[in-house]
Amino acid sequence: MMLQAIASFFCGFVFTLGLAISGMTQPAKVVGFLDVLGNWDTTLVFVMASAVGVYYIAFQVITRRKIPILAPRFLIPTRTDLDFRSIAGGVMFGVGWGISGLCPGPVLATLGTGTSSVIVMMGFMLAGFYLSNIIGQPKK
Amino acid sequence: MEALLSKTALIYPIVGGILIGLASICLMLFNGRIAGISGILKGTLRFEKGNYLWRVTFVLGMVLAGILVLLVFPGYAVIEINRSLWAYAAAGLLVGLGTGMANGCTSGHGVCGVGRLSNRSVAITMSFTISGIITVWVINSVFGGMI
Repeated sequence: MMLQAIASFFCGFVFTLGLAISGMTQPAKVVGFLDVLGNWDTTLVFVMASAVGVYYIAFQVITRRKIPILAPRFLIPTRTDLDFRSIAGGVMFGVGWGISGLCPGPVLATLGTGTSSVIVMMGFMLAGFYLSNIIGQPKK
Repeated sequence: MEALLSKTALIYPIVGGILIGLASICLMLFNGRIAGISGILKGTLRFEKGNYLWRVTFVLGMVLAGILVLLVFPGYAVIEINRSLWAYAAAGLLVGLGTGMANGCTSGHGVCGVGRLSNRSVAITMSFTISGIITVWVINSVFGGMI
């Protein structure tokens, strides 16, 4: 349990370094990346491409193992259905992403800057998580 | 820091992306978990025995690394865009509610899900990317880039 927590700490640490180096923590850059229909900044395409590329290749190698190094099993999502709730959630998330230039990772990565916009965003994001447990619960 | 923000320096997006990919795959290799930031963070709101501490330390690692980067590169401070605090409040609510409903965000669906070639994650990633593109277009062309 403790070892998992330590491993997790370092993963979070490196994740932020990656976000910071790549430019994902700059809202202006993210908005530029989403401005496909205007003045498109393509650099963040390379962030997604290299992150997905690394994950894709390493995933093939890792899942040859029976179990993870520190846990009893791999917890890999098995859902394949596409429901209205997920797509509607994705669309809502996209609106918030486009307004702020921030998704959950960069919010955490820049929380320490104390910028008022990030603090407000974090507070309302947590409230949104709460709401998602109440609104539009999937039918069992 | 100037170079970090340069539009032409592709080395930064690529190196940064590789680090994001490595951090994500290491969480799978060591803990057997998907590195989805929204899911990890949402999980810290409710205590669950045996499935809690790793979430808190992941969040802590992310925040502390951000503080470290800020100390080393003071220019890391967020350069604000033309948005009011009301806009950030609305955005936060939409991001929290939306990722909660979709069970993931740019990391869980966009990196890990697409990286596992999950059709579901590909579709959700397309939904938030297209919606983000339309939102930015509306803000820029209807509201003059300010909201």
